[in-house]
Amino acid sequence: MADMQLTAPREVSDRVGEAEHPRSQVVHFGADRPLKLDAGIELSPFQIAYQTYGVLNSERSNAVLVCHALTGDQHVANMHPVTGKAGWWEIMVGPGKPIDTDRYFVICANVVGSCMGTTGPSSINPKTGSPWGLDFPIITIRDMVRAQGMLMDHLGIDSLFAVVGGSMGGMQVLQWAVTYPDRVFAALPVACATRHSAQNIAFHEVGRQAVMADPEWRHGRYLVEGTNPRRGLAVARMGAHITYLSDAALHRKFGRKFQDRDNPTFSFDADFEVESYLRHQGSSFVERFDANSYLYLTRAMDYFDLASDYDGILANAFRGTRTRFCVTSFTSDWLFPTSDSRAIVHALNAGGARVSFAEIVTDKGHDAFLLDEPEFHAIVRGFLQSAGAARGLASGGR
Amino acid sequence: MLLHARRDLTMAEAARGPGGTRVDHLLVADMVEYGSRVLDVGCGDGELLKLLERRGVDGRGIELSREGVNECVAKGLAVIQGDADTDLIDYPDDAFDYVILSQTLQATRKPRVVFEHMLRIGRHAVVSFPNFGHWKIRLEIMFGGRMPVTDNLPDSWYETPNIHFCTIKDFRHLCDLIGAKMEKAVAVNAWGSPLRLNAPWWFWNLFGEQAVFLLSRRH
Repeated sequence: MADMQLTAPREVSDRVGEAEHPRSQVVHFGADRPLKLDAGIELSPFQIAYQTYGVLNSERSNAVLVCHALTGDQHVANMHPVTGKAGWWEIMVGPGKPIDTDRYFVICANVVGSCMGTTGPSSINPKTGSPWGLDFPIITIRDMVRAQGMLMDHLGIDSLFAVVGGSMGGMQVLQWAVTYPDRVFAALPVACATRHSAQNIAFHEVGRQAVMADPEWRHGRYLVEGTNPRRGLAVARMGAHITYLSDAALHRKFGRKFQDRDNPTFSFDADFEVESYLRHQGSSFVERFDANSYLYLTRAMDYFDLASDYDGILANAFRGTRTRFCVTSFTSDWLFPTSDSRAIVHALNAGGARVSFAEIVTDKGHDAFLLDEPEFHAIVRGFLQSAGAARGLASGGR
Repeated sequence: MLLHARRDLTMAEAARGPGGTRVDHLLVADMVEYGSRVLDVGCGDGELLKLLERRGVDGRGIELSREGVNECVAKGLAVIQGDADTDLIDYPDDAFDYVILSQTLQATRKPRVVFEHMLRIGRHAVVSFPNFGHWKIRLEIMFGGRMPVTDNLPDSWYETPNIHFCTIKDFRHLCDLIGAKMEKAVAVNAWGSPLRLNAPWWFWNLFGEQAVFLLSRRH
């Protein structure tokens, strides 16, 4: 959870600039290398913005791909160029951290459809010269993974030592293991599922409707028309943010405490701390995120169903896999509950995969994967070290 | 239920062989072929799995206690949190060469069902358990008139995880019932030493504190 401190408002142009000319490494894929989308369309040209940490060893065997969640980005372990805040997973990725950049070459790429430099709905459509908006094709989790595969080709990495991610990032991890089984040595899907549940699709639909109900959304043409659906996107974020926490965590942090007052005002002001907190979450989110990207990425998660390509039999998706899996879930995560992770584990077992599974006791809800959970971190560290030994990575990594 | 973790070691568990390895683990490991695929049901802190992996085994584990699982996974073992009574059904036939149930049979709700699943999932089953027919236990019941509390079985009846005790004779009967073929058997005394191999079964049932059986499906 972010702190309560308000960040300075940023101009929309700052964020839009980041979409076209990100402060990251960028690879451009021209007309000769289109991205073939599940929607049956070729996206071309397009670009991927990514960050790397650590050094690729001479065997090119120590690369770890970190996949970010719905509203995350490639700035996993460096200061965010728009918000000025720490990277979203600095607790996990860095020198001496569980995903140790002294040992591993860590890559994190902004997903297709997002807004931090990889092509998405706020990028310029080369055919029209203005932002794609709703003309941007629908993206799937597999499309994101295909694009990442092209980035690995570009970087000359045939086989990834590990693919790691939580939530939507975890979906990408699972998709990687299914789409490119020979390119993934170890997979760590965290707090995720092999398909999005009806409840989760329902929450996403509420968020999308909030965006689309904002008159400033202008049917997705707000960048062209100079408006900004900040209220709609903020409401979407407020609703979603509740699903990332837990009743216990909200109670522990806020209870029924009043915000800067001793008594209720008998109005609809943010009397309660929890209201003030959510409003802050909403308003700071719109400064760094694009409303249309929110629509596209939530849609990609909704469409995710790994078993659908295998006649509904999930085990067949993993049959014969040689990837080592480490599945983790959190007790108070009701968005991607442990039962979802168990379904992954059952399918992996039935497919004969080498799998570890741990459930971490915490009251911090879905967001726990981003927070200080020492037991979780010990598991990631231990699993990667043992997989590294099996991979023949020297204890120093290089 | 696999309540394996966080209790005092019994004498047999505390008995250590070369390199500090538990004697009962060595007996189990000796029944497993090099390089085979093994599932350890109720693997505790993963000590037996570690021993097996050192012997070239591709090992997997199931453990009920979260502490045990997290310890195993952090050691890099392929262990999942699960319950022998409910989760073995998810494994396909012949998925493993050996399925091991080490000091856990007596703590399951349905030992027979668990045992049958083991023989379905694995070509072989290895089962080790405390022998309730041991003379000390017989004496305690006979003269004390109460459920026995011994060095090897230190919990009182109302808090023991062991809800389905059996004797070596009982276990042989169960093997006959479900058509399990006995390939090897070892009984050890209170100090972890194996009993004479050519001793008759009644002798094992009286003097064996622990028993380890290697079984396979009768074709």
